[in-house]
Amino acid sequence: MTYNSPNYLNAEKGLRSWFLTLDHKRIAVMYLVLVVAAFALGGFFAMLIRLELLTPGPTIMDAMTYNRMFTLHGVIMIFLFMIPAIPSIFGNFLLPLMLGAEDVAFPRINLFTVYLYLIGAAIAVWGMIQGGTFYTPYSTTTVTTVAPVLLGAFILGMGSVLTGLNFIVTIHTLRAPGLTWMRLPLFVWAMYATSVIQVLATPVLGMTLLLVAVEKAFGFGIFDPARGGDPILFQHLFWFYSHPAVYIMVLPAMAVVSEVVQAFARKNIFGYKAVAFSSLGIAFVGFFVWGHHLFTSGQSTFASGIFGVLSMFVGIFTAIKVFNWTATLYKGAIHVAAPFVYFLGFLYFLMFGGLTGIALSTVSLDVHWQDTYFVVAHFHFIMVGATIMAFLAGLHYWWPKMFGRMYSERWALAAAVLVILGFNATFIPQFLLGNMGMPRRYYSYPEQFWSLNVASTAGASLLAFGFLIVLAYLVVSLVNGRVAGPNPWGSRGYEWNTPSPPSVLNFPETPTITRSAHDYQDALEGEVTHAH
Amino acid sequence: MNEINEFLRNLLFLPKQASEYARSIDHLHFFVFVSSMIGAWTVVATTLVFIVRYRRRRALQTTEHVDPKPIQEAVFVGVPLALFLAFFAIGYPQYVTLQTPPKDASDVYVMAKKWMWKFAYPGGPNSTDVLRVPVGRPIRLLLTSRDVIHSFFVPALRLKQDVLPGRYTQTWFQASEPGRYPIFCAEYCGLGHSAMLGELVVMPAGEFDSWMEQQRRTNHAAAQDEQPIASEDVDFRGNLLEQGRRVAVVQGCFKCHSVDGSQHVGPTWLDLYNRKVKLEDGRSVVADEAYLTRSMMEPNAEIVAGYKPVMPTFQGKLSAPEAAAIVEFIKSLRTDAATPEPQKGPIYVPVSGK
Repeated sequence: MTYNSPNYLNAEKGLRSWFLTLDHKRIAVMYLVLVVAAFALGGFFAMLIRLELLTPGPTIMDAMTYNRMFTLHGVIMIFLFMIPAIPSIFGNFLLPLMLGAEDVAFPRINLFTVYLYLIGAAIAVWGMIQGGTFYTPYSTTTVTTVAPVLLGAFILGMGSVLTGLNFIVTIHTLRAPGLTWMRLPLFVWAMYATSVIQVLATPVLGMTLLLVAVEKAFGFGIFDPARGGDPILFQHLFWFYSHPAVYIMVLPAMAVVSEVVQAFARKNIFGYKAVAFSSLGIAFVGFFVWGHHLFTSGQSTFASGIFGVLSMFVGIFTAIKVFNWTATLYKGAIHVAAPFVYFLGFLYFLMFGGLTGIALSTVSLDVHWQDTYFVVAHFHFIMVGATIMAFLAGLHYWWPKMFGRMYSERWALAAAVLVILGFNATFIPQFLLGNMGMPRRYYSYPEQFWSLNVASTAGASLLAFGFLIVLAYLVVSLVNGRVAGPNPWGSRGYEWNTPSPPSVLNFPETPTITRSAHDYQDALEGEVTHAH
Repeated sequence: MNEINEFLRNLLFLPKQASEYARSIDHLHFFVFVSSMIGAWTVVATTLVFIVRYRRRRALQTTEHVDPKPIQEAVFVGVPLALFLAFFAIGYPQYVTLQTPPKDASDVYVMAKKWMWKFAYPGGPNSTDVLRVPVGRPIRLLLTSRDVIHSFFVPALRLKQDVLPGRYTQTWFQASEPGRYPIFCAEYCGLGHSAMLGELVVMPAGEFDSWMEQQRRTNHAAAQDEQPIASEDVDFRGNLLEQGRRVAVVQGCFKCHSVDGSQHVGPTWLDLYNRKVKLEDGRSVVADEAYLTRSMMEPNAEIVAGYKPVMPTFQGKLSAPEAAAIVEFIKSLRTDAATPEPQKGPIYVPVSGK
């Protein structure tokens, strides 16, 4: 195939050509900029929280500011970073390339979601700086305003639904000839499962937020007990969305590493069907585990048991993936580069973090850990440990695909080690704090918790420093990085069949797929790599 | 065995175990921890062996196609499933035990509000932030909140129970080690959340009994929210005033309102009737029957100046005659009035079946 159109970065010039683009690749790059900015902002608030917790008493802010900081950190990281990051950046960029399609099914809707993201983000952040929080009856009795945060989250949720819908339609209708379901790259399978959750779960968030707004504005008694409402109802609705949302954040991570492990082990995945269908399994079971957040709420003992067992099934599906990724290394040809180091970080954090999840779903143990730093550490192991490691693995793996340049491998390895060490130093002390019984959302704390909090803050500084190094060498590589060539990793993922960066028209003619992705059995004619 | 327990407890930074239940929870914790660590480190070691053994030797090395045998996937599912279900099989009965207080447990009422814990013993004293219990006797806690959701958490007992407004939840424990243990609020409840600290004091049984006896003697007159005692359990159909006092006791009004003019969480009831009351929003109203009833049903609509909007609604909890009886009782509380002599019995003899 000859590619005679210019690459997508150079095809058109000027800001207008970016802001009004319908090209999925340019939209992905816009998301990359926005999402990394959101991550920096959320990380900044995380550092302020860690600084405040450096001493038992007040350190750098008052209790009200601290309340805003952790709300800002949580909402920004979840709604502006974790949920959109991998689907909106890598999903947008890669789905059409992997499927042999010209673009996603609805390019205009795709651009529209960027603007929904911007509007939603602006409203939500503004609302939180005013000091809102969702949690009823707390939200309905505090004087600070909740409405803008709700509206912002609602708009962001709308964007999330549209992206999910767009991907589902794209995967169903735009596969190239020969690309059967059983040949789909595993990235696509997990992205499909993610999209299903986005479309089904996010409306519940919208409904819940509307109910809170109606209660707030018109005084209907829905969640506020002083008006005859039920605060536990809110928790059920909140977690009916928020627990599946956890899988909106972690399934894309699994999507990324399924590609990375095959490319760097030069080996087909061990157990393709098991890995593909376990994503759907997680998406399905994920809807029936929300009650594990309510073991201490007074819900029925029997219900808690059911929710506990179902939660363990999520662990089983995850274990299937972990074992299959590990087995993929067997008889492979492993090249330890930065993306592979992040893959290992992902695998280990997911495993240890996931096992703490199993411990938490063991109902009686959860009673002690509920709402303590143990839970904080658990979900940061999954969210930061697993998802951010996968995000970084994907960013390094696809960086030459997206921008045609190689970053400094030496700096990348050094930063990867720093990030992984810093992460452990931040969150292992938090597990121990949870064991000691330190509740979360504490502005001040008794002195017995001091030393571990100091350790955690020190680790967070290391982690932040690692992220800054990553940002620095990636930006530098855009200017003076070595030109990567079409396929620097020698990967046999479908997306590498096009030039890097891809041309503005993905394919001059529709490709026909004749082999599975990541099939490294036979030598291919004309296959080259510049990485070694 | 005890050495292993202490070693792992210290390794995991767990607090002292103040009850047998806490010990059994920790033992499950140790089992989960050790078996998870063995499993996870086995996987870590396997990946490291593979990375060394199967390192890339040529840039475009080809690899043979390996697909799993069904038995391998079955092992991948079966091993973790067996382990997880074993965790559950131990953990769930423990949880059921925690949810099922024994019949012979003594009750303590726990009332949470921003940002303090109030403990009340039936027919005994009240205390703020300090919960005293005897060692070796089961204690059932009945918990409710005045405002938002709180959560009662005693790390040393491995025990936590959410405390909800407008609803009672329960939990129980039987402390086995005398000592002083911290109580935390574990559910975010506003700015003072991290300062909502209490203390559990586990006392030797004899010491507790004499403390309780002494409290009863000295505090009996002041005990404002004692439960109705047997002699009061008579038919009040003929005495609206006395019925109002009784309803107020049962509904816990005196946890916040005094009848002797002293300041408390809410305004005192003494001399309240027909007084001109200044409200938080600057208006003032006369505390007539209508206002008093409104204050029970929509307590946050008209807040008295200087007080917090913390009173829960009694809409649906008080019948109209009960609300009227309370109003009647409030009307009787006047410094200039002679203390009304409670009638010793019904003014008519109820028709009995005999």
